[in-house]
Amino acid sequence: MPKVTYVSDAGEARVVDGLVGDSVMQTAVRNGVPGITGECGGVLSCATCHVFVDEADLDRLEPVSGLEDEMLDGTVVDRCPNSRLSCQIKLSDELGDLRVTTPEAQE
Amino acid sequence: MNSTAVAPRDTGVLVVGACQAGIQLACSLREYGYSAPITVVGAERHAPYQRPPLSKTLLHAETSPDAIALRSEAFYADQGIRLVLGERIIRVDRGDGGAGVAYAHSGRSFAFDRLALTVGARPRRLPVPGADLAGVHYLRDADDALALRAALAEAVDVLVIGGGFIGLEVAATARELGCEVTVTLADNRLLERAVGVPTSEFFLDAHIRRGVRVHLGAPPVRLLDDGHGRVRGAELPDGSVLTADLVVVGIGAVPRTELAEQLGLTVDNGIVVNEYGLTSDGTTVAAGDCVACPPPVDLPDGPVRIRFESVNTAVEQAKTAAALLADRPVPYGAVPWFWSDQYDLKLQVAGLSTGHDRYVVRGEPDTEKFAVLYYRGGHLVAGDFVNRPADFLAVRSALAAGRTIPPEAATDTTVPLKKLIADDPRQAVA
Ligand SMILES: Cc1cc2nc3c(=O)[nH]c(=O)nc-3n(C[C@H](O)[C@H](O)[C@H](O)COP(=O)(O)OP(=O)(O)OC[C@H]3O[C@@H](n4cnc5c(N)ncnc54)[C@H](O)[C@@H]3O)c2cc1C
Ligand code: FES
Repeated sequence: MPKVTYVSDAGEARVVDGLVGDSVMQTAVRNGVPGITGECGGVLSCATCHVFVDEADLDRLEPVSGLEDEMLDGTVVDRCPNSRLSCQIKLSDELGDLRVTTPEAQE
Repeated sequence: MNSTAVAPRDTGVLVVGACQAGIQLACSLREYGYSAPITVVGAERHAPYQRPPLSKTLLHAETSPDAIALRSEAFYADQGIRLVLGERIIRVDRGDGGAGVAYAHSGRSFAFDRLALTVGARPRRLPVPGADLAGVHYLRDADDALALRAALAEAVDVLVIGGGFIGLEVAATARELGCEVTVTLADNRLLERAVGVPTSEFFLDAHIRRGVRVHLGAPPVRLLDDGHGRVRGAELPDGSVLTADLVVVGIGAVPRTELAEQLGLTVDNGIVVNEYGLTSDGTTVAAGDCVACPPPVDLPDGPVRIRFESVNTAVEQAKTAAALLADRPVPYGAVPWFWSDQYDLKLQVAGLSTGHDRYVVRGEPDTEKFAVLYYRGGHLVAGDFVNRPADFLAVRSALAAGRTIPPEAATDTTVPLKKLIADDPRQAVA
């Protein structure tokens, strides 16, 4: 079972057991992790699921799609090189555990 | 709104309706520090889920209702939110100060200090003969979606009645599944209530390009029986007949107001609430599709109350109502927004274009990537976006901040809209 560590803007970490096939956004929202809203349910419509991915995990992820890239330009907290929309990161056994930091605000 | 606080809270808040608004209300109550019991009662048997996928991915057989659940079971337990499913509240008795007892169909009863109504809406029924034939579907809940998915797998000729979001999303999915698809509607343009004329025209062309037949201004006068109680088509006002082995009706939703009426609350195309989500009795709150509320954004000469069916509105109204119950009232004033997915077309709409006096089109609609920005009295008030998510986000944040985008500059697609956001001179004066 992949684990996701969510680190808040203030530096508090919370570890959640994820389900293979769920996204990092879904895992957060279902378990009430603050800092990720995910209003559109993961269909790349809201950009309220912005996270900063731990540098060590970044290269293992699927690349950013054109649509996600465009949306990252419009997030409330400005994007960084390790920014992703967490609804686009699907958990899998191959990918293993992940660590992300949530921005100060999503909306 | 003199006294919204109630001192003794033993039975806590009862939320009737366990979906987008109800679950958000319960979660926000805890987030805002409410510590008394919270019970959420829902009529459906499924764990609370997201409705948008019902007319999109769920029809493709890729998803189960479990996969679109809003929160995990553990989360409700963790938060001390008691979730009761499969119980429909049919009557509420209420004493002074807002406290009372709600009774379910099964006979179970639920006492409360404060009541929240998040009962949503039901599909508007087609008011013509034959509308109850087998093979005629509506789409509101997960069971409807599962039934429609099974029917679509067998269907050849699909007729969609209605040209709103649900109708068009079903039409798109049915087309992708290889069905022949016809859409017929009473209005003279698609998505009439939700988007401006250029966007309606674009969607008409886009559906026709993908092989859908569309009849504008043609509400069926009756549905036809195949002789065995199954639908075989529809007759239009001019006497012509459209054949179909599956009919999907998507002609809007009607707010569920029975409980509010029984409680003597003011109802006018929805349960009437003020900007704090408070109903006319001064103690009950309501949120979501069942609610008619003051427009969250300035609408000069506009309606005094609106009903806006979207996830964002349900969520924001629920937060507003929760804040009031937790004694931290903040008026509802968020810029409404929503989205729709049809084929590879992503539509996003921000703000309310009602009463605009000018619009500019950014990009070429024929490329299926464009935006329409709406202005009223020189202010940016709304935008429709097709496959232009960065533009959508720019306009959503400009509107939220009371800023504008100069219309002349907006048509230059080489400049990101985000770079054009400017202070609204009129806003500053006002
Ligand atoms: C098919 C479909 C697709 C959609 N797509 C989009 C989209 O792409 N984007 C978007 O922004 N919005 C979309 N929407 C709109 C959005 O889903 C709704 O605005 C939102 O779900 C409203 O939430 P709600 O909680 O107010 O009402 P509902 O979701 O209708 O929930 C109300 C709940 O209350 C229950 N209930 C009613 N009466 C009682 C009672 N007496 N006792 C107990 N329980 C009761 C009902 O069973 C229901 O589960 C879509 C809606 C549908 C139906
Ligand atoms: S959840 Fe909406 S874009 Fe990720």
